[in-house]
Amino acid sequence: MKKANRILTALIFVFLYIPMAVLIIASFNTGKNLSHFDGFTLRQYVRLFQDDSLLRLLGNSLVLSVLASFIATVFGTVASVGIHSLNPRMRKLAMTLTDIPMTNPDIVTGISLSLLFVFVGSKMLGRRDSLTFWTLLIAHITFNLPYVILNVMPKLAQQDAALRDAAMDLGCTPLQSFFKVTLYEIMPGIVSGAIMAFTMSLDDFVISYFVSGMDFVPLPVEIYSYTKKPIAPKVYAMFTLLFLLIFLLMVTMNLMQLRSERKKVKGRAL
Amino acid sequence: MKKVLAFVLAAALLLGCAAMLSGCAGEEKTTLYVYNWGQYISEGEDDSLDVIAAFEEKYPNIQVKYSTFDSNESMYSKLSSGGITVDVIFPSDYMVARMIQENMLQELNFDNIPNFQGVDSSFKNMDFDPENQYSVPYTWGTVGIIYNSKYVDEADVTGWELLWNEKYQDKILMFDNSRDAFGIAQYLLGIDVNTTDLAQLQACADKLAQQKPVLQAYVMDQVFASMENEEAYIAPYYAGDYLMMADSNPDLKFFFPQDQGFNVFVDAMCIPTCAQEKEAAELFINFLCDPEISGRNMDYLGYSTPISAAKEFMDPELAANEYAYPSEETLKNASSFAYLPEEVSRQMESLFMQVRNG
Amino acid sequence: MRKNNSVLLSTPYIVWMVVFTLIPLGVVGYYALTDPATGEFSLRNLRELGMYLPVLWQSVAYSLVSAFICLLLGYPVAYYIAHTSEVAQKFLYMLVMLPMCMSFLLRTLAWVGLLQDTGLINQLLGLVGIGPLRLIRTPGAVVLGMVYNYLPYMILPLYSTIVKIDGRLIEAAEDLGCNGLQVFSRVVLPLSAPGILSGITMVFVPAVSTFYISQKLGGTDTILIGDVIERQFKQGNNPNLGAALSLVLMLLVFVCTGIMNRFGEGGDSKGGVIV
Repeated sequence: MKKANRILTALIFVFLYIPMAVLIIASFNTGKNLSHFDGFTLRQYVRLFQDDSLLRLLGNSLVLSVLASFIATVFGTVASVGIHSLNPRMRKLAMTLTDIPMTNPDIVTGISLSLLFVFVGSKMLGRRDSLTFWTLLIAHITFNLPYVILNVMPKLAQQDAALRDAAMDLGCTPLQSFFKVTLYEIMPGIVSGAIMAFTMSLDDFVISYFVSGMDFVPLPVEIYSYTKKPIAPKVYAMFTLLFLLIFLLMVTMNLMQLRSERKKVKGRAL
Repeated sequence: MKKVLAFVLAAALLLGCAAMLSGCAGEEKTTLYVYNWGQYISEGEDDSLDVIAAFEEKYPNIQVKYSTFDSNESMYSKLSSGGITVDVIFPSDYMVARMIQENMLQELNFDNIPNFQGVDSSFKNMDFDPENQYSVPYTWGTVGIIYNSKYVDEADVTGWELLWNEKYQDKILMFDNSRDAFGIAQYLLGIDVNTTDLAQLQACADKLAQQKPVLQAYVMDQVFASMENEEAYIAPYYAGDYLMMADSNPDLKFFFPQDQGFNVFVDAMCIPTCAQEKEAAELFINFLCDPEISGRNMDYLGYSTPISAAKEFMDPELAANEYAYPSEETLKNASSFAYLPEEVSRQMESLFMQVRNG
Repeated sequence: MRKNNSVLLSTPYIVWMVVFTLIPLGVVGYYALTDPATGEFSLRNLRELGMYLPVLWQSVAYSLVSAFICLLLGYPVAYYIAHTSEVAQKFLYMLVMLPMCMSFLLRTLAWVGLLQDTGLINQLLGLVGIGPLRLIRTPGAVVLGMVYNYLPYMILPLYSTIVKIDGRLIEAAEDLGCNGLQVFSRVVLPLSAPGILSGITMVFVPAVSTFYISQKLGGTDTILIGDVIERQFKQGNNPNLGAALSLVLMLLVFVCTGIMNRFGEGGDSKGGVIV
């Protein structure tokens, strides 16, 4: 039973990573076809690094998703604490509000936000270009917030109220007790919320497509507009590099987290 | 734990900024916003010409901000909603006509576009801009049938009916775009492509519905991969793209349904009413009409240039290619799409969706 | 005093969400009820909806099947991850998450390269003398695309509920004479119900509104509601009809998630388990 489960899990991971492997192999292909390997080359990488505009778009994407997920994480954590102390009826209302962007098709979210931004920007503020980096950021924060809240809320519900009370009894102000006790307990929820938010931001193209202006375009939106010609293989090279980058980032994060937990255990043992 | 987060944030931000730096140079320059189709200009890959860089070199006080769109309609909706301000756009023929109708384009000052004289007379004063006040052609091309000679019997290649031939069931592709799909049915049935008659449109929809069982898929850019891989054998597509596909699969052949007629499209350059830098925009349009620039740009794109003098600067093989530059004789029944009233194009889309759903 | 302060913390969030989700939805509703040509109030878009009902049912069917398959595949994986060492758990969790960061468009294109008649799988099958099999442009391919894309959304919530199940409960059940299957069906499964529900929701909702997957992997008959909506904005130039379709889709999703939450009554205050 256990063995069967292990084999199945391994197969599912193969399933999840096969398309990645196809794209990574394609980045070393002399031809541009995904299903025929014509020969090995690094030319796609050379082409990628010659293409400033593509790299800039990648930079845009990274900056946008880091900023949006960071702001959403701070904002969402604060909001979760607030929602947690609401009375049940208000809490239910707030959670319904949180569900809306989650259950809304992306395309509806994108269109509706762009209609709002354009209305406010051009009709009320009289701006000529109402879609800018800021509207893009607002949109990303909006669809990131529910992920943070839905990750943090369960942790808040699970936290041990006695610990916080003890901290207050020992003379902590509510704020101190939050930073010393609560934050520590809900941190796993915050981290997974932040990672999810970052993930969602990095690969979003539908919403971004409708709310981005001319000054700041994230990468997926550009790839989506490659309709006149097939996708250039240098895009696969970029995919490979991005994959490696995120992989390393996640591994580093895991290792550092493990180390800090080990330290903690040691501290307790002493 | 906090340290972990801080580290990750800092690392990602740094990386992002490093990648962004390459394009950041903020001096007091005129910023020209150009809005074009994705991958629709030569960008300097593999020793081709980097058109934007060449322009900025020639006019050092103009900085080009270049963004892309994926279809005429999405460009239109973004502009008409007032969300963005751009200086140069590249709409196709029928979209130029629509934007003129809706007062979305500015009249061009042709004194600033002297290279317009080099545009062939057959590409001036076209149906979509009869007095040629608003647009300058960028590229043009034709729609024909691409087929794989390894699998398709030459005797069957007679006209648009090839796309209905049951012998090649499941190996035929079709445009996933109502105007182009209806266009093919209209040429086949001998109906004017710019008809507004609903009964005629219904007849086209019926014809397209008959075609559905033999089709492999409705596609747009997937055509490249499918035809090159021999996943499909027959597809209607643009001659310029055919040349690119034939490079990777020499068995692919191109056919003009000369007697029934076929579509000639023009993608033009225009200045929308919201533009801030009209003069710089005209300089940019003029620059793209420079024979050498146009020639080298088309060399990369594979589409046809409306400027005969540009052929000198192109790969001579491409310049002499009968598919990129068909003869007058071939073009005698060809026609271009003109403006259709909103109501009609909506009806057409609705009929096409019924075909696809049915 | 302290309580009130905390309550205040939720105000900016509620204001933000009202401004950036509720008001825009009102705008969509306004669009749905206006005529595309004249801009006046009209029910025309709603009347046209009837034509798209079959598409809507098709989308619901596809996404329900996908959610169910995700559950079947995802549960053992989540269970396995939850029962490995802590280090392995972290690492595997990361591996489940990683594909979600990478471009959805490119990954779907990779499946085209794998599944098409001349694709990698058929090339492999050809080596052993089978095929070519018809893999792409089938309903199965669309379901595969959905399962592939949304499987992580199933595994993550399942994992976080399973990992919280108290091992002592299982031991107790074993002591009381349950065999392995009984322990699973009477203890583990009921305790992971909240994770199952939120997993199904997390897969169903994006799957029902998805587009692109069906365009690339489906045949001429598979067109989903997400594709139709996308067309109205991108090609069809009828944003009003698109808005009306979006409203219907949204209502449908709310009804479906409402029904699912009814099943999982009791966990309301926790606000859904995601991770």
